[in-house]
Amino acid sequence: MTKPFFRTFAGAMALGVGLLASQAMARSDITIAMQLEPPHLDPTSAAAQAIDSVVYTNVFEGLTRFMGDGSVVPGLAESWEISEDGTVYTFTLHDGVTFHDGTTMDAEDVKFSLDRATAEDSANAQKALFAGIESVEVVDPLTVRITLAEPNGNFLFNLAWGDAVIVAPESIEGIKTNPVGTGAYKFAEWVQGDRITLERNPDYWGDQPALEQATFKFISDPTAAFAAMMAEDVDVFDNFPAPENLPQFEADPRFQVLVGSTEGETILATNNKKPPFDDVRVRQALAHAIDRQAIIDGAMFGYGTPIGTHFAPHNPAYVDLTGLSAHDPDKARALLAEAGFADGFETTLHLPPPSYARRGGEIVAAQLAEVGIKAEIINVEWAQWLETVFKGKNFALTIVSHTEPMDIGIYARPDYYFQYDNPDFQALMATLNATTDPDERTRLLGEAQRMIAEDYVNGYLFQLAKLGVAKAGVQGLWENAPTAAIDLTAISWAD
Amino acid sequence: MSRALILGAALSSVVVLMALLSFVWTPYDHAALNIPEKLQPPNAQHWFGTDHFGRDMFSMIMVGARTSIAVALVAVGIGMALGAPLGLAAAARKGSWLDELIMRGNDLVFAFPSLVIAILITAVFGPGAVNAIIAIGIFNIPVFARITRGAALSLWEREFILAARVAGKGAARISAEHILPNVANLLIVQGTIQFSLGILAEAGLSYVGLGAQPPTPSWGRMLADAQTMVSFAPHLALIPGLAIIVTVLGLNLLGDGLRDWLDPRIRVARA
Repeated sequence: MTKPFFRTFAGAMALGVGLLASQAMARSDITIAMQLEPPHLDPTSAAAQAIDSVVYTNVFEGLTRFMGDGSVVPGLAESWEISEDGTVYTFTLHDGVTFHDGTTMDAEDVKFSLDRATAEDSANAQKALFAGIESVEVVDPLTVRITLAEPNGNFLFNLAWGDAVIVAPESIEGIKTNPVGTGAYKFAEWVQGDRITLERNPDYWGDQPALEQATFKFISDPTAAFAAMMAEDVDVFDNFPAPENLPQFEADPRFQVLVGSTEGETILATNNKKPPFDDVRVRQALAHAIDRQAIIDGAMFGYGTPIGTHFAPHNPAYVDLTGLSAHDPDKARALLAEAGFADGFETTLHLPPPSYARRGGEIVAAQLAEVGIKAEIINVEWAQWLETVFKGKNFALTIVSHTEPMDIGIYARPDYYFQYDNPDFQALMATLNATTDPDERTRLLGEAQRMIAEDYVNGYLFQLAKLGVAKAGVQGLWENAPTAAIDLTAISWAD
Repeated sequence: MSRALILGAALSSVVVLMALLSFVWTPYDHAALNIPEKLQPPNAQHWFGTDHFGRDMFSMIMVGARTSIAVALVAVGIGMALGAPLGLAAAARKGSWLDELIMRGNDLVFAFPSLVIAILITAVFGPGAVNAIIAIGIFNIPVFARITRGAALSLWEREFILAARVAGKGAARISAEHILPNVANLLIVQGTIQFSLGILAEAGLSYVGLGAQPPTPSWGRMLADAQTMVSFAPHLALIPGLAIIVTVLGLNLLGDGLRDWLDPRIRVARA
């Protein structure tokens, strides 16, 4: 009689231990919150960062890709050769890569994707990335030859952007709502206004990632973001919108706070064609009227690095030019008087919704008022900002963060919204693009930074910090944001 | 005089005096940022503490009272100035197409949720104190029109009106000389109530960012700015919140007290 009992007991014990063990095993799903919902899911036809946050390297991959530290490594391309003169790139693709719909990824798809991006009617938001491409040839199914009009030292970097991912002609039709890529995760579900779910792709060509499922939840309101995190409804907040709440997360053992850098140069963008801002003395006066540290402390609660030009401080080529525009209200007043505005003038300041802009704008307006510039604050929603400021160029001043990596090239575009038109700078950028020697590139980048800083094109405020909040057990999150991305393949739960 | 009237008058006058005083004196410049001194709790230097930009909260509350009162007062003024004549006209031409037109128009405005329309108006014409005044003012028109018409209708049946008509006075003149003075106390009582609702509406619009724009302080926006900081700096939300409560409570008590005091029937019953 005792034996069966013992057996049952032992069985029950084993079952219990088994249950315990399975409970102690690491979770295989994750819920990640972001502030903005993507408008659609095609990274090759829109500039919205939220698209890349969801799909970059998760769903779609490019020939090369960014790593969390900003380095560019091979993606779908296994290796490449660059011709002596730097104009012909021959890429060898990974073998056995398939799209989520089962079709194979080969050289034809690469040609299709790049031709689509460079086409006349291309909807790509970063056409400049592909500007130098003369032709894309399919050598064999796993070899692609790209010929450039002239050498481009940035080419491999350009191909790593979310705008340069490889898509398939078979699935391009529905890409905006049903993205089909080659990545480790496939698109599962999109509940508009609430969440997007991705599932692990069992047929992935690379290593299988740890997480089986990931849910991206959209929480735009900072108060709701705080509540959702505190209630543990979400596991990670990609970029927490309220810096003032971070000390509370830091003090709470349930959470970890990851403060890193982004590619976001936050600037007081100035309409260079609109009087009186067409006068460099007025723009210089703006720059000297601004106290960057007060803006970082007041708007970002201390998170952020002052910048003196349009360049990320963590980049090795960065030159610290903050001294050119040190806070000096007396000098600002003198410059205004010299430009004929001894009594100051009235202008407007458009502010999009993020707190860096709304709060930063209130501080900037107060600082400008000190030197006699009365800036009327106009709070706008993003759609309105894009329409009036970015597309319509109908603004005087605005505050915005430029989050694209290495985007100093926008200053060479005279039709860009702040309308800086300087042939010297445009020539400098052309030289830079044609230069492959790293030392020479660094020197040219330094020169470019100095040129726009000395022209006081915009008011350079600070480099936006990436403020990640996550549950204590989440590991592998990108601390910095070299591009907008939430790389799920790197994320796992600690046991 | 009732205790409600005295208490209401006292609370309301504190707020009004504070707003008037702010024209000539505030402890600090309400717009001056002092970021190193941000988020201080109430203390001897800053009676109501400082906000997230280090601005003095007491000064902001004082100037904010000015914003609230100005918006609510002008809005109620618009409502009364347009609503009362409309009500008088409707009563004078009772049953006519004019009466129908005015009263159905009122119903139409009443049928919309007021805050939604206010948001629509400020969304179309842009946010700002002036548009907030217009939005709130429009919703005050039917309130005053109905009250006036209702009271005027019963007055038109009275003998002294009949006497005036016999004396040859026209409807417009009778309305102005005999009806209006007799509905004035009703309008004053309703005006006080609408005034407190106007303050609430202004705070609501500012809270969603459609009222007075920065740097003009506004109680509603102070509340909105405080949202994410309530957990570590509760005074940021408590102080503007209390300011709104005290003002609205004061005005409601004042309105109730005035009605009791001015209404002859209740006065007779009390005596």
